[in-house]
Amino acid sequence: MNRKQRIMLIRILISAAMVIALSFIPVTGLPRFVLYMLSYLIVGYDILRKAIKGIIRGQVFDECFLMATATVGAIALAIYERSGDYTEAVAVMLFYQIGELFQSYAVGKSRKNITELMDIRPDYANVEVNGTLEKVDPDDVGIGTIIIVQPGEKVPIDGVVIEGDSSLNTSALTGESLPREIHQGDEIISGSINMTGLLKVRTTKEFGDSTVSKILDLVENASSRKSKSEDFISKFARIYTPAVCLSALALAILPPVVSMIMGGSAGWEVWIYRALTFLVISCPCALVISIPLSFFAGIGGASNAGILIKGSNYLETLSKTKIVVFDKTGTLTQGVFEVNAIHHGTIDDERIIEYAALAESASSHPISRSLQKAYGKAIDRSRVSHIEEISGNGVKAIVDGHEIACGNDKLMHLLGIEPIMCHSIGTIIHVAIDGIYSGHIVISDVVKPHSAEAIQSLRKIGIRKAVMLTGDAKKVAESVAEKLGIDTVYSELLPADKVDKVEELIASKSDDEKLVFVGDGINDAPVLGRADIGIAMGAMGSDAAIEAADVVLMDDDPLKIPKAIKISQKCLRIVYENIVFAIGVKLICLALGALGIANMWLAIFADVGVMIIAVLNAIRALYVKSL
Amino acid sequence: MKKTYGIEVDCANCANKMENAARKTEGVKDCTVNFMMQKMIVEFQEGADRNSVMENVRNNCKRVESDCEVFI
Repeated sequence: MNRKQRIMLIRILISAAMVIALSFIPVTGLPRFVLYMLSYLIVGYDILRKAIKGIIRGQVFDECFLMATATVGAIALAIYERSGDYTEAVAVMLFYQIGELFQSYAVGKSRKNITELMDIRPDYANVEVNGTLEKVDPDDVGIGTIIIVQPGEKVPIDGVVIEGDSSLNTSALTGESLPREIHQGDEIISGSINMTGLLKVRTTKEFGDSTVSKILDLVENASSRKSKSEDFISKFARIYTPAVCLSALALAILPPVVSMIMGGSAGWEVWIYRALTFLVISCPCALVISIPLSFFAGIGGASNAGILIKGSNYLETLSKTKIVVFDKTGTLTQGVFEVNAIHHGTIDDERIIEYAALAESASSHPISRSLQKAYGKAIDRSRVSHIEEISGNGVKAIVDGHEIACGNDKLMHLLGIEPIMCHSIGTIIHVAIDGIYSGHIVISDVVKPHSAEAIQSLRKIGIRKAVMLTGDAKKVAESVAEKLGIDTVYSELLPADKVDKVEELIASKSDDEKLVFVGDGINDAPVLGRADIGIAMGAMGSDAAIEAADVVLMDDDPLKIPKAIKISQKCLRIVYENIVFAIGVKLICLALGALGIANMWLAIFADVGVMIIAVLNAIRALYVKSL
Repeated sequence: MKKTYGIEVDCANCANKMENAARKTEGVKDCTVNFMMQKMIVEFQEGADRNSVMENVRNNCKRVESDCEVFI
């Protein structure tokens, strides 16, 4: 509790104690009025002050003005009727303030909780200056500086380990509790915690470009992108208060006037009292607070699980997902290719691998990496020239004076070479040397252990269609799809075809059904941008993916996809519950108030009670562990 | 040109009111108030003088919600 809240609490307690005491002490007449007024002013003077300020500034429909009018009106009625019943006015003010205090406390508390969950901001970096360690602001560390990370400290800046072995706790980043082993030469990501050994790290980025800064920026700004529900509720609040006030005015004037015209008694007191009851219910704060709080909690809970959602609007869209489109490589499969076999080689297998590895040496595609791995020696780039990439099909290059072409069967046909087709499942790299077919290399990828489970679990939460897109051969794609239970496969696609396919799928569905594309962030930024929601996975350290996607999964476990959708569904369910509940209760109370069934007591309980329940319900969105 | 400012405001509805007031201020192209993070993200119009615009934003916010603060 901060100072402001503590003062408020003391005011509430004093005032409450006075009211309770006064109900036992038989004071009458003027002293009674003065004592009640004292307790009323103690708890509500700031509301009165704000109300007067509001009137001066022409802000009539201000909550403070409404509360002030309702309570002052009730006191005036009590004086007029000589009932001496001031309790009601004081109680309304008292409960209103309790509600405000609770709201401010709960919001502050959850703000603190959620920011603590994401407490990955490093405070300092250790730099060695003249043989002694100095703690400096990470912002002041340049690229290429050697920093020291001691056990128990956060890695402040992205870099490469140049000395030391340790294990890293990345749970704040990825939600993954298993520590990661790290050795000399490995890349190290800021925000993770060094657990066992001392590490010397050469920084490769500035602090502002490091993973930790990017993530913090993303999480902190996430709730600034407002969802439709939030827009709805702020529009609703704008109409609600004036509408209730005008109805209150009509309620105070019309029935008595009609009754007088009909020749009956006006009954002004009754109708004015009912109108004042209306004003008590007119404060929209209960509604307005619970919606952003739910989204904030949902986003906070998700980031704690290693799922970064860039805005409330994305959380809302995600909850309506009906179609999930996967990229195959790196998303459903490990993306770690291994050379399994070499068939129909006209020269030594080692030579084929060597030529292929050299020709593909400029590419960062997983296929090229697996060729290099199979080759096993350092690549001598000077032996390679004239590298020409034929997008999606393969590569042509001059190696040791020989013209090497390696790629799929399309490339071979393109070059007028007849390839020998392969019966193995996997990616087939045909190799031609100087225009003569020299055999093919079979490379296959491994399906991730959780892929099938993830797709099953997506079906359980209402996903209508699972689609897989891949640049890979039809046979490979179909075998993977069958293993995982994918509905539709589109294979042998070029990067641009993937965008077309996603557009086709978007055009073929209704607007209420949302399409999610999941990729590993390499080469699929355009598709991530085109889908209703783009999810990039395994994105730790990949800036392009963090930028292009709407949802970023910090590790590459496919089970995080259904989890993200479940979190969004839970959050949105809470939002709708709160909207329906809060508006519903208010409307019922307005009706009961107009009929004279609900008095001011009930009105204020409805107002504060609804708010407390809505806030507590909103905080539930934070708990996503068991989803 | 977007810039983020810290704010202090107690209730969510007041934050909405501040957002509307800031949006209506001359020189402001768009504005989002993030109640949960207590932040105001202001997008300025081309060529607007940020400091003088922000002074007006603060005044307009105070007019609708006397208890708020914008840290420029």
